[in-house]
Amino acid sequence: MLSLIKGIWTVLKHSIRKRETILYPEEKPNLYPRWRGRIILSRDPDGEERCVACYLCAAACPVDCIALQATQDEHGRRYPEFFRINFSRCIFCGFCEEACPTYAIQLTNDFEMGEYYRHNFVYEKDHLLISGPGKYPGYNFYRVAGVSVGGKDKGEAENEEPPVDIHSLMP
Amino acid sequence: MNEPERSIIILYLILVGVLLTAAGLIWLERRLLGLWQDRYGPNRAGRFGSLQVAADMIKIFTKEDWIPPFADKPVFVIAPAIIVVTTLLSFAIIPFAPGIEIVNLNIGLLFFLAMSSLSVYSVALAGWASDNKYSLLGGLRAAAQMLGYEVFMGLALAGVIMLAGSFNLREIVEAQRKVWFFIPQFPGLIIFVIAGLAETRRIPFDLPEAENELIAGFHTEYSGMKFGMFFVGEYMGVTLISALIATLFFGGWLGPLLPPLCWMIIKTFVFICGFILVRASLPRLRYDQLLSFGWKLMLPLALLNVVATGAIILAAS
Repeated sequence: MLSLIKGIWTVLKHSIRKRETILYPEEKPNLYPRWRGRIILSRDPDGEERCVACYLCAAACPVDCIALQATQDEHGRRYPEFFRINFSRCIFCGFCEEACPTYAIQLTNDFEMGEYYRHNFVYEKDHLLISGPGKYPGYNFYRVAGVSVGGKDKGEAENEEPPVDIHSLMP
Repeated sequence: MNEPERSIIILYLILVGVLLTAAGLIWLERRLLGLWQDRYGPNRAGRFGSLQVAADMIKIFTKEDWIPPFADKPVFVIAPAIIVVTTLLSFAIIPFAPGIEIVNLNIGLLFFLAMSSLSVYSVALAGWASDNKYSLLGGLRAAAQMLGYEVFMGLALAGVIMLAGSFNLREIVEAQRKVWFFIPQFPGLIIFVIAGLAETRRIPFDLPEAENELIAGFHTEYSGMKFGMFFVGEYMGVTLISALIATLFFGGWLGPLLPPLCWMIIKTFVFICGFILVRASLPRLRYDQLLSFGWKLMLPLALLNVVATGAIILAAS
Protein backbone atom coordinates (compact mmCIF):
# COMPACT_ATOMS: atom_id res chain seq x y z
CA MET A 1 0.00 0.00 0.00
CA LEU A 2 2.85 2.37 0.88
CA SER A 3 4.56 1.55 -2.40
CA LEU A 4 1.44 2.64 -4.29
CA ILE A 5 1.51 6.04 -2.59
CA LYS A 6 5.25 6.32 -3.22
CA GLY A 7 4.62 5.56 -6.89
CA ILE A 8 1.92 8.20 -7.15
CA TRP A 9 4.19 10.73 -5.42
CA THR A 10 7.03 9.96 -7.84
CA VAL A 11 4.74 10.57 -10.78
CA LEU A 12 3.44 13.77 -9.22
CA LYS A 13 6.99 15.06 -8.84
CA HIS A 14 7.29 14.88 -12.61
CA SER A 15 4.89 17.83 -12.88
CA ILE A 16 7.83 20.18 -12.40
CA ARG A 17 10.35 18.25 -14.50
CA LYS A 18 11.54 19.59 -17.83
CA ARG A 19 9.79 17.88 -20.71
CA GLU A 20 11.89 15.68 -22.92
CA THR A 21 10.04 16.39 -26.14
CA ILE A 22 11.74 18.42 -28.84
CA LEU A 23 9.01 20.46 -30.54
CA TYR A 24 10.33 19.54 -33.93
CA PRO A 25 9.45 22.00 -36.67
CA GLU A 26 10.09 24.99 -34.40
CA GLU A 27 12.99 23.45 -32.56
CA LYS A 28 15.56 21.49 -34.52
CA PRO A 29 17.03 18.32 -33.07
CA ASN A 30 20.76 18.12 -32.43
CA LEU A 31 22.20 15.86 -35.13
CA TYR A 32 25.63 14.36 -34.69
CA PRO A 33 28.20 14.29 -37.50
CA ARG A 34 27.73 10.59 -38.13
CA TRP A 35 23.96 10.93 -38.46
CA ARG A 36 22.75 8.77 -41.32
CA GLY A 37 20.41 10.85 -43.42
CA ARG A 38 19.93 11.66 -47.11
CA ILE A 39 22.47 9.95 -49.36
CA ILE A 40 24.64 12.05 -51.69
CA LEU A 41 27.35 11.40 -54.27
CA SER A 42 30.41 13.58 -53.74
CA ARG A 43 33.12 14.92 -56.06
CA ASP A 44 36.88 14.88 -55.55
CA PRO A 45 38.81 18.13 -54.98
CA ASP A 46 39.36 18.49 -58.75
CA GLY A 47 35.61 18.57 -59.27
CA GLU A 48 35.37 15.14 -60.89
CA GLU A 49 32.90 12.49 -59.82
CA ARG A 50 34.38 10.22 -57.18
CA CYS A 51 32.14 7.29 -58.03
CA VAL A 52 33.91 4.62 -60.06
CA ALA A 53 30.76 2.53 -60.56
CA CYS A 54 32.15 -0.53 -58.81
CA TYR A 55 28.63 -1.71 -57.74
CA LEU A 56 29.81 -2.39 -54.20
CA CYS A 57 27.17 -0.11 -52.73
CA ALA A 58 24.43 -1.79 -54.72
CA ALA A 59 25.74 -5.16 -53.60
CA ALA A 60 25.91 -4.09 -49.97
CA CYS A 61 22.46 -2.54 -49.95
CA PRO A 62 20.19 -4.84 -47.90
CA VAL A 63 17.01 -3.51 -49.46
CA ASP A 64 18.29 -3.27 -53.02
CA CYS A 65 17.42 0.39 -53.38
CA ILE A 66 20.56 1.41 -55.34
CA ALA A 67 20.69 0.91 -59.09
CA LEU A 68 23.53 2.06 -61.34
CA GLN A 69 25.19 1.37 -64.67
CA ALA A 70 28.96 1.67 -65.16
CA THR A 71 30.53 3.31 -68.17
CA GLN A 72 33.93 4.82 -69.09
CA ASP A 73 35.10 8.15 -70.44
CA GLU A 74 37.76 8.52 -73.17
CA HIS A 75 40.59 8.27 -70.61
CA GLY A 76 39.33 4.96 -69.28
CA ARG A 77 38.00 6.53 -66.12
CA ARG A 78 34.92 4.68 -64.87
CA TYR A 79 31.83 6.55 -63.81
CA PRO A 80 28.14 5.68 -63.43
CA GLU A 81 26.01 6.26 -66.50
CA PHE A 82 23.01 6.51 -64.23
CA PHE A 83 22.81 6.25 -60.48
CA ARG A 84 19.42 5.82 -58.89
CA ILE A 85 18.43 5.51 -55.23
CA ASN A 86 14.88 4.69 -54.28
CA PHE A 87 14.47 6.48 -50.96
CA SER A 88 11.10 4.94 -50.30
CA ARG A 89 12.99 1.69 -49.81
CA CYS A 90 16.19 3.01 -48.29
CA ILE A 91 16.56 2.18 -44.59
CA PHE A 92 19.53 4.52 -44.05
CA CYS A 93 21.70 1.73 -42.72
CA GLY A 94 24.89 3.28 -44.11
CA PHE A 95 26.22 0.02 -45.56
CA CYS A 96 26.71 1.69 -48.94
CA GLU A 97 28.93 4.33 -47.38
CA GLU A 98 30.95 1.63 -45.64
CA ALA A 99 31.28 -0.39 -48.81
CA CYS A 100 32.37 2.54 -50.99
CA PRO A 101 36.12 2.36 -51.80
CA THR A 102 36.30 5.95 -53.03
CA TYR A 103 34.25 7.85 -50.40
CA ALA A 104 31.87 8.77 -53.20
CA ILE A 105 28.59 7.78 -51.57
CA GLN A 106 28.00 9.49 -48.22
CA LEU A 107 25.13 9.84 -45.78
CA THR A 108 24.41 13.38 -44.65
CA ASN A 109 22.61 15.16 -41.82
CA ASP A 110 19.49 15.92 -43.82
CA PHE A 111 16.42 13.90 -42.93
CA GLU A 112 13.62 16.20 -44.06
CA MET A 113 12.72 14.28 -47.19
CA GLY A 114 8.93 14.08 -47.04
CA GLU A 115 7.14 13.84 -50.37
CA TYR A 116 3.52 13.80 -51.42
CA TYR A 117 4.04 11.29 -54.21
CA ARG A 118 5.86 8.04 -53.88
CA HIS A 119 7.62 8.32 -57.22
CA ASN A 120 9.28 11.51 -56.05
CA PHE A 121 11.36 9.40 -53.72
CA VAL A 122 13.36 8.02 -56.62
CA TYR A 123 16.48 10.18 -56.83
CA GLU A 124 18.51 10.22 -60.02
CA LYS A 125 22.20 11.05 -60.33
CA ASP A 126 21.66 14.78 -60.80
CA HIS A 127 19.64 14.82 -57.57
CA LEU A 128 22.32 12.92 -55.71
CA LEU A 129 25.50 14.49 -57.01
CA ILE A 130 26.79 17.45 -55.02
CA SER A 131 29.52 19.85 -56.12
CA GLY A 132 31.85 19.37 -53.15
CA PRO A 133 33.88 16.59 -51.53
CA GLY A 134 31.51 16.01 -48.59
CA LYS A 135 33.01 14.63 -45.40
CA TYR A 136 36.50 13.94 -46.82
CA PRO A 137 37.75 17.26 -48.25
CA GLY A 138 41.27 16.29 -49.41
CA TYR A 139 40.66 12.82 -50.71
CA ASN A 140 41.13 12.11 -54.37
CA PHE A 141 40.86 8.43 -55.22
CA TYR A 142 42.68 8.53 -58.55
CA ARG A 143 45.60 10.43 -57.00
CA VAL A 144 46.25 7.61 -54.54
CA ALA A 145 45.06 4.58 -56.48
CA GLY A 146 47.50 2.46 -58.41
CA VAL A 147 45.56 2.42 -61.64
CA SER A 148 46.47 4.18 -64.83
CA VAL A 149 43.87 6.58 -65.98
CA GLY A 150 43.63 9.84 -67.87
CA GLY A 151 47.31 10.78 -68.28
CA LYS A 152 48.41 9.27 -64.98
CA ASP A 153 50.32 6.07 -65.26
CA LYS A 154 50.91 3.25 -62.79
CA GLY A 155 53.35 4.24 -60.05
CA GLU A 156 52.67 7.95 -60.38
CA ALA A 157 50.16 8.17 -57.58
CA GLU A 158 50.99 9.79 -54.25
CA ASN A 159 53.15 7.62 -51.95
CA GLU A 160 53.16 4.88 -54.58
CA GLU A 161 56.23 2.76 -55.30
CA PRO A 162 57.16 2.45 -58.96
CA PRO A 163 55.61 -0.63 -60.54
CA VAL A 164 57.42 -3.91 -60.12
CA ASP A 165 59.34 -4.98 -63.19
CA ILE A 166 57.99 -8.51 -63.54
CA HIS A 167 60.71 -9.44 -66.03
CA SER A 168 63.56 -8.62 -63.63
CA LEU A 169 65.18 -11.26 -61.44
CA MET A 170 66.37 -8.75 -58.87
CA PRO A 171 64.72 -8.88 -55.44
CA MET B 1 -38.31 33.88 -12.90
CA ASN B 2 -40.78 31.24 -11.82
CA GLU B 3 -39.87 27.83 -10.60
CA PRO B 4 -40.40 25.46 -13.59
CA GLU B 5 -38.54 27.73 -16.02
CA ARG B 6 -35.67 28.08 -13.62
CA SER B 7 -35.35 24.34 -13.11
CA ILE B 8 -35.43 23.70 -16.86
CA ILE B 9 -32.64 26.24 -17.39
CA ILE B 10 -30.60 24.62 -14.62
CA LEU B 11 -31.24 21.22 -16.12
CA TYR B 12 -29.89 22.28 -19.51
CA LEU B 13 -26.94 24.11 -17.98
CA ILE B 14 -25.96 21.03 -16.00
CA LEU B 15 -26.46 18.76 -19.03
CA VAL B 16 -24.33 20.96 -21.26
CA GLY B 17 -21.80 21.49 -18.52
CA VAL B 18 -21.40 17.79 -17.88
CA LEU B 19 -21.10 16.93 -21.57
CA LEU B 20 -18.57 19.71 -22.14
CA THR B 21 -16.58 18.60 -19.12
CA ALA B 22 -16.57 15.02 -20.34
CA ALA B 23 -15.35 16.17 -23.76
CA GLY B 24 -12.78 18.49 -22.24
CA LEU B 25 -11.50 15.67 -20.07
CA ILE B 26 -10.35 13.81 -23.16
CA TRP B 27 -7.96 16.68 -23.79
CA LEU B 28 -7.14 17.28 -20.12
CA GLU B 29 -6.27 13.66 -19.51
CA ARG B 30 -3.92 13.51 -22.48
CA ARG B 31 -2.24 16.76 -21.45
CA LEU B 32 -1.83 15.69 -17.83
CA LEU B 33 -0.55 12.24 -18.77
CA GLY B 34 1.93 14.04 -21.00
CA LEU B 35 2.98 16.33 -18.17
CA TRP B 36 3.60 13.42 -15.84
CA GLN B 37 5.45 11.47 -18.48
CA ASP B 38 7.72 14.42 -19.33
CA ARG B 39 6.18 15.05 -22.73
CA TYR B 40 3.58 17.45 -24.08
CA GLY B 41 0.51 15.58 -25.26
CA PRO B 42 -1.70 17.22 -27.87
CA ASN B 43 -0.40 20.76 -28.39
CA ARG B 44 -0.91 21.46 -32.10
CA ALA B 45 -4.62 22.10 -32.65
CA GLY B 46 -5.42 25.47 -31.13
CA ARG B 47 -3.76 27.01 -28.09
CA PHE B 48 -2.17 24.26 -25.96
CA GLY B 49 -4.04 21.79 -28.17
CA SER B 50 -7.39 22.92 -26.84
CA LEU B 51 -9.08 22.42 -30.21
CA GLN B 52 -8.07 18.76 -30.09
CA VAL B 53 -11.48 18.06 -28.56
CA ALA B 54 -13.21 19.58 -31.58
CA ALA B 55 -10.97 17.61 -33.91
CA ASP B 56 -11.70 14.39 -32.02
CA MET B 57 -15.42 15.14 -32.13
CA ILE B 58 -15.41 15.73 -35.88
CA LYS B 59 -13.46 12.53 -36.36
CA ILE B 60 -15.64 10.37 -34.17
CA PHE B 61 -18.90 11.72 -35.64
CA THR B 62 -17.84 11.23 -39.24
CA LYS B 63 -16.36 7.80 -38.73
CA GLU B 64 -18.07 4.77 -40.18
CA ASP B 65 -20.42 3.43 -37.55
CA TRP B 66 -20.19 -0.25 -38.28
CA ILE B 67 -22.30 -2.96 -36.74
CA PRO B 68 -20.80 -6.40 -37.19
CA PRO B 69 -23.15 -8.75 -39.06
CA PHE B 70 -22.84 -11.39 -36.34
CA ALA B 71 -23.82 -9.00 -33.55
CA ASP B 72 -27.15 -8.98 -31.76
CA LYS B 73 -28.21 -5.74 -33.37
CA PRO B 74 -30.79 -4.12 -31.05
CA VAL B 75 -28.81 -4.93 -27.91
CA PHE B 76 -25.61 -3.86 -29.59
CA VAL B 77 -27.12 -0.46 -30.36
CA ILE B 78 -28.75 0.10 -27.01
CA ALA B 79 -25.78 -0.90 -24.83
CA PRO B 80 -23.70 2.27 -25.27
CA ALA B 81 -26.77 4.42 -24.66
CA ILE B 82 -27.39 2.83 -21.27
CA ILE B 83 -24.09 3.95 -19.79
CA VAL B 84 -24.59 7.55 -20.93
CA VAL B 85 -28.18 7.65 -19.72
CA THR B 86 -27.48 6.16 -16.30
CA THR B 87 -24.48 8.39 -15.70
CA LEU B 88 -26.36 11.50 -16.81
CA LEU B 89 -29.30 10.54 -14.58
CA SER B 90 -26.96 10.26 -11.61
CA PHE B 91 -26.00 13.91 -12.10
CA ALA B 92 -29.60 14.82 -11.34
CA ILE B 93 -29.08 14.38 -7.62
CA ILE B 94 -25.81 16.27 -7.23
CA PRO B 95 -26.20 19.67 -5.56
CA PHE B 96 -23.64 21.90 -7.27
CA ALA B 97 -24.56 24.85 -5.09
CA PRO B 98 -27.57 25.83 -3.00
CA GLY B 99 -30.41 25.90 -5.51
CA ILE B 100 -28.34 24.59 -8.40
CA GLU B 101 -29.46 21.01 -8.66
CA ILE B 102 -31.96 19.18 -10.79
CA VAL B 103 -33.90 17.28 -8.14
CA ASN B 104 -33.69 17.34 -4.39
CA LEU B 105 -34.30 13.65 -3.77
CA ASN B 106 -34.41 12.52 -0.18
CA ILE B 107 -33.08 9.13 -1.33
CA GLY B 108 -30.38 10.78 -3.45
CA LEU B 109 -27.55 8.45 -2.57
CA LEU B 110 -29.69 5.36 -3.11
CA PHE B 111 -30.61 6.74 -6.51
CA PHE B 112 -26.94 7.13 -7.38
CA LEU B 113 -26.18 3.58 -6.24
CA ALA B 114 -29.11 2.27 -8.29
CA MET B 115 -27.95 4.11 -11.39
CA SER B 116 -24.38 2.92 -11.06
CA SER B 117 -25.68 -0.63 -10.67
CA LEU B 118 -27.71 -0.21 -13.84
CA SER B 119 -24.69 0.99 -15.76
CA VAL B 120 -23.16 -2.47 -15.48
CA TYR B 121 -25.85 -3.64 -17.91
CA SER B 122 -24.32 -1.41 -20.54
CA VAL B 123 -20.94 -3.08 -20.34
CA ALA B 124 -22.23 -6.61 -19.85
CA LEU B 125 -24.72 -6.29 -22.71
CA ALA B 126 -22.12 -4.72 -24.98
CA GLY B 127 -19.83 -7.66 -24.34
CA TRP B 128 -22.65 -10.14 -24.90
CA ALA B 129 -24.14 -8.54 -28.01
CA SER B 130 -20.79 -8.21 -29.76
CA ASP B 131 -20.62 -12.01 -30.11
CA ASN B 132 -16.88 -11.93 -29.82
CA LYS B 133 -14.99 -13.94 -27.26
CA TYR B 134 -12.83 -11.01 -26.14
CA SER B 135 -15.87 -8.78 -25.76
CA LEU B 136 -17.66 -11.47 -23.82
CA LEU B 137 -14.70 -11.91 -21.48
CA GLY B 138 -14.59 -8.16 -21.00
CA GLY B 139 -18.30 -8.05 -20.26
CA LEU B 140 -18.02 -10.93 -17.80
CA ARG B 141 -15.15 -9.27 -16.03
CA ALA B 142 -17.05 -6.01 -15.88
CA ALA B 143 -20.08 -7.73 -14.38
CA ALA B 144 -18.05 -9.54 -11.72
CA GLN B 145 -16.02 -6.44 -10.92
CA MET B 146 -19.06 -4.20 -10.66
CA LEU B 147 -20.90 -6.66 -8.43
CA GLY B 148 -17.93 -6.93 -6.10
CA TYR B 149 -17.20 -3.24 -5.90
CA GLU B 150 -20.80 -2.06 -5.82
CA VAL B 151 -21.31 -3.79 -2.48
CA PHE B 152 -18.64 -2.02 -0.53
CA MET B 153 -19.19 1.24 -2.34
CA GLY B 154 -22.60 1.33 -0.70
CA LEU B 155 -21.12 0.26 2.63
CA ALA B 156 -18.42 2.95 2.41
CA LEU B 157 -21.15 5.53 2.10
CA ALA B 158 -23.01 4.11 5.13
CA GLY B 159 -20.67 5.95 7.46
CA VAL B 160 -21.40 9.26 5.80
CA ILE B 161 -25.10 8.55 5.90
CA MET B 162 -24.93 7.73 9.61
CA LEU B 163 -23.04 10.94 10.38
CA ALA B 164 -25.37 13.09 8.31
CA GLY B 165 -28.50 11.16 9.20
CA SER B 166 -29.83 11.48 5.68
CA PHE B 167 -29.66 10.12 2.16
CA ASN B 168 -30.28 13.60 0.83
CA LEU B 169 -27.10 15.01 -0.65
CA ARG B 170 -28.02 18.57 0.19
CA GLU B 171 -28.47 17.64 3.85
CA ILE B 172 -25.21 15.68 3.77
CA VAL B 173 -23.41 18.83 2.61
CA GLU B 174 -25.16 20.94 5.23
CA ALA B 175 -24.10 18.43 7.90
CA GLN B 176 -20.47 19.16 7.01
CA ARG B 177 -20.64 22.79 8.13
CA LYS B 178 -18.57 22.00 11.24
CA VAL B 179 -16.14 19.43 9.89
CA TRP B 180 -15.79 17.92 6.46
CA PHE B 181 -16.47 14.19 6.52
CA PHE B 182 -13.09 13.15 5.19
CA ILE B 183 -11.71 13.57 8.74
CA PRO B 184 -14.18 11.38 10.67
CA GLN B 185 -14.74 9.12 7.68
CA PHE B 186 -11.19 8.76 6.33
CA PRO B 187 -11.39 4.96 5.82
CA GLY B 188 -14.75 5.49 4.15
CA LEU B 189 -13.16 7.99 1.77
CA ILE B 190 -10.35 5.62 0.81
CA ILE B 191 -12.78 2.76 0.23
CA PHE B 192 -15.11 4.98 -1.77
CA VAL B 193 -12.29 6.25 -3.98
CA ILE B 194 -11.15 2.69 -4.70
CA ALA B 195 -14.71 1.60 -5.43
CA GLY B 196 -15.15 4.69 -7.61
CA LEU B 197 -12.08 3.79 -9.64
CA ALA B 198 -13.49 0.32 -10.14
CA GLU B 199 -16.96 1.66 -11.00
CA THR B 200 -15.59 3.88 -13.75
CA ARG B 201 -13.34 1.04 -14.96
CA ARG B 202 -10.23 3.18 -14.86
CA ILE B 203 -6.68 2.00 -14.41
CA PRO B 204 -5.79 0.14 -12.16
CA PHE B 205 -9.22 -1.48 -12.44
CA ASP B 206 -9.67 -1.37 -16.22
CA LEU B 207 -9.72 -5.14 -16.63
CA PRO B 208 -12.92 -5.17 -18.71
CA GLU B 209 -11.03 -3.38 -21.48
CA ALA B 210 -7.49 -4.53 -20.73
CA GLU B 211 -6.02 -3.86 -24.14
CA ASN B 212 -3.04 -6.16 -23.89
CA GLU B 213 -5.13 -9.23 -23.15
CA LEU B 214 -8.63 -8.48 -24.49
CA ILE B 215 -7.93 -6.09 -27.43
CA ALA B 216 -10.42 -3.53 -26.08
CA GLY B 217 -12.62 -5.81 -24.02
CA PHE B 218 -16.31 -5.09 -24.16
CA HIS B 219 -16.02 -2.36 -26.81
CA THR B 220 -13.80 -4.27 -29.22
CA GLU B 221 -16.49 -4.35 -31.90
CA TYR B 222 -17.66 -0.78 -31.42
CA SER B 223 -16.68 2.07 -33.69
CA GLY B 224 -17.71 5.60 -34.45
CA MET B 225 -20.05 7.34 -32.05
CA LYS B 226 -21.08 4.10 -30.34
CA PHE B 227 -17.52 3.77 -29.15
CA GLY B 228 -17.63 7.49 -28.43
CA MET B 229 -20.57 6.93 -26.07
CA PHE B 230 -18.53 4.46 -24.01
CA PHE B 231 -15.66 6.90 -24.08
CA VAL B 232 -17.74 9.89 -23.01
CA GLY B 233 -19.58 7.68 -20.52
CA GLU B 234 -16.29 6.81 -18.87
CA TYR B 235 -15.31 10.47 -18.54
CA MET B 236 -18.75 11.39 -17.28
CA GLY B 237 -18.37 8.61 -14.72
CA VAL B 238 -15.07 10.12 -13.61
CA THR B 239 -16.71 13.53 -13.27
CA LEU B 240 -19.60 12.00 -11.37
CA ILE B 241 -17.43 10.13 -8.90
CA SER B 242 -15.26 13.21 -8.39
CA ALA B 243 -18.32 15.36 -7.78
CA LEU B 244 -19.59 12.77 -5.31
CA ILE B 245 -16.28 12.63 -3.44
CA ALA B 246 -16.39 16.40 -3.20
CA THR B 247 -19.99 16.38 -2.04
CA LEU B 248 -19.82 13.50 0.42
CA PHE B 249 -16.41 13.94 1.97
CA PHE B 250 -15.13 17.43 1.22
CA GLY B 251 -18.08 19.63 2.04
CA GLY B 252 -19.50 20.08 -1.45
CA TRP B 253 -20.05 23.75 -2.13
CA LEU B 254 -18.87 24.81 1.36
CA GLY B 255 -15.78 26.97 1.51
CA PRO B 256 -14.64 30.47 2.35
CA LEU B 257 -14.58 33.58 0.11
CA LEU B 258 -15.43 32.13 -3.31
CA PRO B 259 -19.04 31.56 -4.37
CA PRO B 260 -20.38 28.04 -3.63
CA LEU B 261 -20.47 26.92 -7.27
CA CYS B 262 -16.78 27.82 -7.64
CA TRP B 263 -15.86 25.67 -4.66
CA MET B 264 -17.80 22.72 -6.03
CA ILE B 265 -16.14 23.03 -9.41
CA ILE B 266 -12.65 23.44 -7.93
CA LYS B 267 -13.07 20.41 -5.67
CA THR B 268 -14.46 18.25 -8.47
CA PHE B 269 -11.64 19.31 -10.74
CA VAL B 270 -9.00 18.43 -8.16
CA PHE B 271 -10.42 14.93 -7.79
CA ILE B 272 -10.62 14.48 -11.55
CA CYS B 273 -6.92 15.34 -11.71
CA GLY B 274 -6.39 12.82 -8.91
CA PHE B 275 -8.07 10.13 -11.01
CA ILE B 276 -5.79 10.95 -13.90
CA LEU B 277 -2.75 10.92 -11.61
CA VAL B 278 -3.68 7.43 -10.44
CA ARG B 279 -3.96 6.37 -14.04
CA ALA B 280 -0.54 7.84 -14.78
CA SER B 281 1.13 5.94 -11.94
CA LEU B 282 -0.44 2.57 -11.25
CA PRO B 283 -0.29 -0.64 -13.29
CA ARG B 284 -3.30 -2.82 -13.94
CA LEU B 285 -4.14 -5.51 -11.41
CA ARG B 286 -4.45 -9.18 -12.22
CA TYR B 287 -8.05 -10.33 -12.40
CA ASP B 288 -8.00 -12.69 -9.41
CA GLN B 289 -6.12 -10.07 -7.38
CA LEU B 290 -8.84 -7.58 -8.24
CA LEU B 291 -11.63 -9.83 -7.03
CA SER B 292 -9.89 -11.08 -3.89
CA PHE B 293 -8.86 -7.49 -3.08
CA GLY B 294 -12.48 -6.45 -3.35
CA TRP B 295 -14.14 -9.28 -1.48
CA LYS B 296 -11.48 -10.22 1.06
CA LEU B 297 -10.01 -6.84 1.98
CA MET B 298 -12.23 -3.94 1.02
CA LEU B 299 -15.56 -5.50 2.00
CA PRO B 300 -14.49 -6.41 5.56
CA LEU B 301 -12.83 -3.00 5.92
CA ALA B 302 -16.02 -1.27 4.82
CA LEU B 303 -18.04 -3.35 7.28
CA LEU B 304 -15.60 -2.54 10.08
CA ASN B 305 -15.88 1.13 9.19
CA VAL B 306 -19.66 0.93 9.44
CA VAL B 307 -19.49 -0.86 12.81
CA ALA B 308 -16.91 1.57 14.21
CA THR B 309 -18.81 4.65 13.02
CA GLY B 310 -22.02 3.27 14.48
CA ALA B 311 -20.32 2.52 17.81
CA ILE B 312 -18.81 6.01 18.01
CA ILE B 313 -22.11 7.70 17.20
CA LEU B 314 -23.87 5.57 19.80
CA ALA B 315 -21.21 6.32 22.41
CA ALA B 316 -21.33 10.05 21.63
CA SER B 317 -25.08 10.23 21.96
